[in-house]
Amino acid sequence: MTTQTDVLIIGAGPVGLFAVFELGLLDLKCHLIDILDRPGGQCAELYPEKPIYDIPAWPIISAQELVDKLMEQIAPFNPGFTFNRMVNGLERLDEDGFRVTTDENEVFEAKVVVIAAGGGSFQPKRPPIPGIDAYEGTSVFYSVRRMEEFRGHDLLVVGGGDSALDWTLNLQPVAKTLTLVHRRPEFRAAPDSVNKMYALQETKALDFQVGQVKELIGEDGILRAAVIKGPEGDVEIACTRMLPFFGLTMKLGPIADWGLNLHENLIPVDTEKFETSEPGIFAIGDINWYPGKLKLILSGFHEAALMTQAAKRICNPGERVVFQYTTSSTSLQKKLGVT
Amino acid sequence: MTKITYIAHDGTEFVVDAEDGSTVMENAIKNAVPGIEAECGGACACATCHVYVDEAWSETVGEPEAMEEDMLDFAYDVRPTSRLSCQITVRSELDGLVVTVPERQA
Repeated sequence: MTTQTDVLIIGAGPVGLFAVFELGLLDLKCHLIDILDRPGGQCAELYPEKPIYDIPAWPIISAQELVDKLMEQIAPFNPGFTFNRMVNGLERLDEDGFRVTTDENEVFEAKVVVIAAGGGSFQPKRPPIPGIDAYEGTSVFYSVRRMEEFRGHDLLVVGGGDSALDWTLNLQPVAKTLTLVHRRPEFRAAPDSVNKMYALQETKALDFQVGQVKELIGEDGILRAAVIKGPEGDVEIACTRMLPFFGLTMKLGPIADWGLNLHENLIPVDTEKFETSEPGIFAIGDINWYPGKLKLILSGFHEAALMTQAAKRICNPGERVVFQYTTSSTSLQKKLGVT
Repeated sequence: MTKITYIAHDGTEFVVDAEDGSTVMENAIKNAVPGIEAECGGACACATCHVYVDEAWSETVGEPEAMEEDMLDFAYDVRPTSRLSCQITVRSELDGLVVTVPERQA
């Protein structure tokens, strides 16, 4: 099934969300795709509780509060959202517009694409263990797509958060053996999961070791064991599958392969329309670059407003764009549902 | 001003005059000390400003708080003197502080 929209926005962080507002005022319908499971981008994922002090007219606002307010502000425009997806492909259609595909093969068609992807897409962090890349995809996995892939294996789970604990508990029944390794005996996971894990350790259904993975042993991508640096020195643990859970980091991802000009992993744009080297593809917020660029949320908001003027001309060519204020324009107020 | 010495992984020393109230991470970035990445900008939301505090200074600098301990789980080769430099506030009693940058950041 193909979803049609005027503007496809990649990234549902504060700047992507505010773009919905500006585009909505000019009657452009938006759909947003984000790799996270909720709106807010870095604000939601990295620092929801942290105060922000440089949002105009908000002397202090928490990142999550800012996201909530933006969601409230754009609600009248009823944007579409697709979460938990990474945008993979982008191609220009023969007729006007673009076709965008996700890692789950959903298809979107839009007249304009706006990249508001911040620092890139959040992806599992690769622990800095020497040579780990040789095992990725064969013995080392950063997520569990199908539990069956771990059946009968000697499994090593690394980490102390909810992902590590949840998968320890879920995979213990299917694994041949399971070892959980964490740097310290304290966890940042739900206490209930931690208690369950300790209960399984009591019955020797799994083994919990305090330590850090120092080295992987195996050949041709087939893992045999891992060396754990623990409080009493190095220990070798036999394992054929490893699941490290070291949090998320941001990577530019497939955007790098779309043929756009790049400047140190950022997307250069002009400062009139914030358009990339490809007409019809815009970049706003932390992901773009131009002389004097500041990675501030407020700069992203400004960029969204100017981008909108250019996007409107592409979506409705020939239509005259009348500049109006929300304070005084009855037609804008009607769109906002306030009259 | 408080003097801080950063020892890069290759042994190069960077002696920096730091303003009280700033963080050890900020001064590393300001003075381009190699190996301090500070990906999240000081929000204690990554573990890429990891340093080892010189043992003589460990007690004065103090222990990490719970949130920082959680973040240190993501760092590489964490030791008893490991700290995230964005969480160490420069103050006069830290004059002469020595920190070492690890081999790699997470």
